[in-house]
Amino acid sequence: MLSRTAENLYWLARYVERAEYLARTIEATLRVTALPNTYIGQTNEWDSALLTAGVSAAFYEIYEEANETNVVEYLSFSTANPSSIRNCIEAARLNSRSVRTALTGEMWDTINSAWLELQSAWSGGAKTREQLANFLRFVQETSLRFDGSAYRTMLRNDAYWFSRLGLHLERADNTARILDVKYHLLLPEDEHVGGPLDYYQWTSILRSVSALTAYHWVYRETLKPWLIADLLILNDTLPRSLASCYGNLVRNLDQIGVSYGRQGAAQRHARGVRNRLEHSNMQDIFQHGLHEFIQEFIADNSRLGDIIAKQYLI
Amino acid sequence: MAVAFDEMNGPQGELRPAYEELSRWLKETPPDALEHRRQEAELLFRRIGITFAVYGDSESTERLIPFDVIPRIISGKEWTLLEKGLRQRTRAINMFLKDIYHGREILRAGLIPDDLIFQNPVFRPEMNGQDVPHDVYVHIAGIDIVRTNPDEFFVLEDNARTPSGVSYMLENREIMMRLFPDLFARHRVAPVEKYPDELLSCLRSVAPRSASTEPTVALMTPGVYNSAYYEHSFLADKLGVELVEGRDLIVKNDEVFMRTTEGLKRVDVIYRRVDDDFLDPLTFRPDSALGVPGLMSAYMAGNVTLANAVGTGIADDKAIYSYMPEVVKFYLGEEPILKNVPTWRCREAGDLAYVLDHLSELVVKEVHGSGGYGMLIGPAATKATIEAFRDKLKREPEGFIAQPTLALSTCPTCTESGLAPRHVDLRPFVLTGSKSVNIVAGGLTRVALKEGSLVVNSSQGGGTKDTWILDE
Repeated sequence: MLSRTAENLYWLARYVERAEYLARTIEATLRVTALPNTYIGQTNEWDSALLTAGVSAAFYEIYEEANETNVVEYLSFSTANPSSIRNCIEAARLNSRSVRTALTGEMWDTINSAWLELQSAWSGGAKTREQLANFLRFVQETSLRFDGSAYRTMLRNDAYWFSRLGLHLERADNTARILDVKYHLLLPEDEHVGGPLDYYQWTSILRSVSALTAYHWVYRETLKPWLIADLLILNDTLPRSLASCYGNLVRNLDQIGVSYGRQGAAQRHARGVRNRLEHSNMQDIFQHGLHEFIQEFIADNSRLGDIIAKQYLI
Repeated sequence: MAVAFDEMNGPQGELRPAYEELSRWLKETPPDALEHRRQEAELLFRRIGITFAVYGDSESTERLIPFDVIPRIISGKEWTLLEKGLRQRTRAINMFLKDIYHGREILRAGLIPDDLIFQNPVFRPEMNGQDVPHDVYVHIAGIDIVRTNPDEFFVLEDNARTPSGVSYMLENREIMMRLFPDLFARHRVAPVEKYPDELLSCLRSVAPRSASTEPTVALMTPGVYNSAYYEHSFLADKLGVELVEGRDLIVKNDEVFMRTTEGLKRVDVIYRRVDDDFLDPLTFRPDSALGVPGLMSAYMAGNVTLANAVGTGIADDKAIYSYMPEVVKFYLGEEPILKNVPTWRCREAGDLAYVLDHLSELVVKEVHGSGGYGMLIGPAATKATIEAFRDKLKREPEGFIAQPTLALSTCPTCTESGLAPRHVDLRPFVLTGSKSVNIVAGGLTRVALKEGSLVVNSSQGGGTKDTWILDE
């Protein structure tokens, strides 16, 4: 397959995943900021939403204050933010258009319809909370439909695998970013200085990776911060955990390797990261420092992106 | 201008046989049902993303070509004649191109003035003496046909470079079959769906000799911002070939390769939808970012076939057009089956004088223009426009030709005030491979949606119709 096609498929999946993640982040932040201060404390949740989206510095070049109006605008509709939801959908549509032949009709229809809806219904942004809620739902449904169409209709060949690589790489990055911003809330009992205030922070973290219900099913426990960290990092039954993403990345890269009859640096690097996750436990991670672990992971993950690009996409 | 010939209700207002069933159906179908289907069709087009871009129009960079749901019907007998004429014309065009780039017998016979060829910017001296596989230059031709009465077809234009529109022929049919299955059941309409297969075998048949027995074909597009991009991706998909841009290709040792996730892969035939000028920055425009450096040297070495060949523009030039009847006679020794629209060559003093005297009656076209741009339609133009054109003509007469304003035939078309006749033309697509010439029974009917308008180009507000050739 053309390298450019593979690259477009890979980025297409990343954009869609990113749009969904941003929608979830906004939704979770809206929920937590709706609580009275006595439940959540004095933290600025909109600030941390910007941080988890990795756009904090760019935001403050345009805005003075991180409040709901500004952050929602910047993350959802802004044309100045290259990774706003709007721009993600636009970029996804442009990528889809240039690889139409590699997409199934269902996938194209999903992206094209979303883009058309973005133009017709959302060109003026969301005026009310209710509209915003509708918009966020629309974004998540688009992502679900896109992912579902890919899963159900694509041939299982390199086109599919490159698209999955983009999805899992982006997903791992997103989960790691939440952990990076919120790690101080997830430390084990003896190091933990927070109080009952953190409870709503924890649910917020879980919501932004759609894992709140999953938590209860996995641990059958009340929320414990170190278990949340365990779930998001090491539990490979949770689709958005780092372990699960790397399980998938290794599998997809192997499939590409087998089909092309050769392996390379990408396969080796992904396996290395996966093995580290597989052989870790939370105790060790806390001992070496959760924050350091997460930062190292983020760097490793972005290195994998570079290696994939060099090996296949350029 | 005389009253136009209507293809449904003939010269005396009598219902023509090919339209009998449609007319019956139209009487049975309530107007709002028709309107409903029309809206459905538009929705389908938008969802599929069948759009085109209008250059210089920043407001809406992607637009739909309006689609009219009333089919244009051509009888089997009419088609047989048309097809014969198209074959003849395309054969002559290919022979003409070979001659122009080799022996130039037609110039030596004095039929066409030398300078019309050699001073023509679309003449490619690089192609002199260059052989192309099986002597096919124009693999894909789109010949624009108009009619003014029941018995005659005229060629309005030969498109021998990168004719577009075939995706509309195919998609219009798909959508019509979805929306009007009952109407199809009542007619015997020749299918068009074989076109992609015919095109692929045509392209494979002209692969260079150094290609493997399974030659690799690719479709080359200028990219997503090109006005016909939808068609390029549509065709690549239907053909099952890679849709490449210049940056996907690389030339090594005079062979063309595409960059794939598995390394470089040789390409044998390129169906290019990129103009000559932009193909190779080393040979043509050095500022072209769309092309592939070295592509021409691979082409000259015979390691890759370009379809259409380089330099075919000389055959669809509007000044050369006026000589086409002589061209057909010269190479084939036959009378042309399809007529030419009478054409005044403004480069000739006598013709120019006539044209200047009759500007308000004539259509004046730029010799190198296309897409309906830069054209004067005398009867519809204001005094000021005519005067501006007069100046242009005097300054650069060789840049223009003029034709009488033809009363193009009309077809019933949905308008805001119900069904009404609108002017149409027809672009059938002619495929020339190593052994055979193939024409899928059908084509793209373009319709001028504005009342009285004669301009069918999509960039000028034209629409399209499904074209039915009846299998009789």
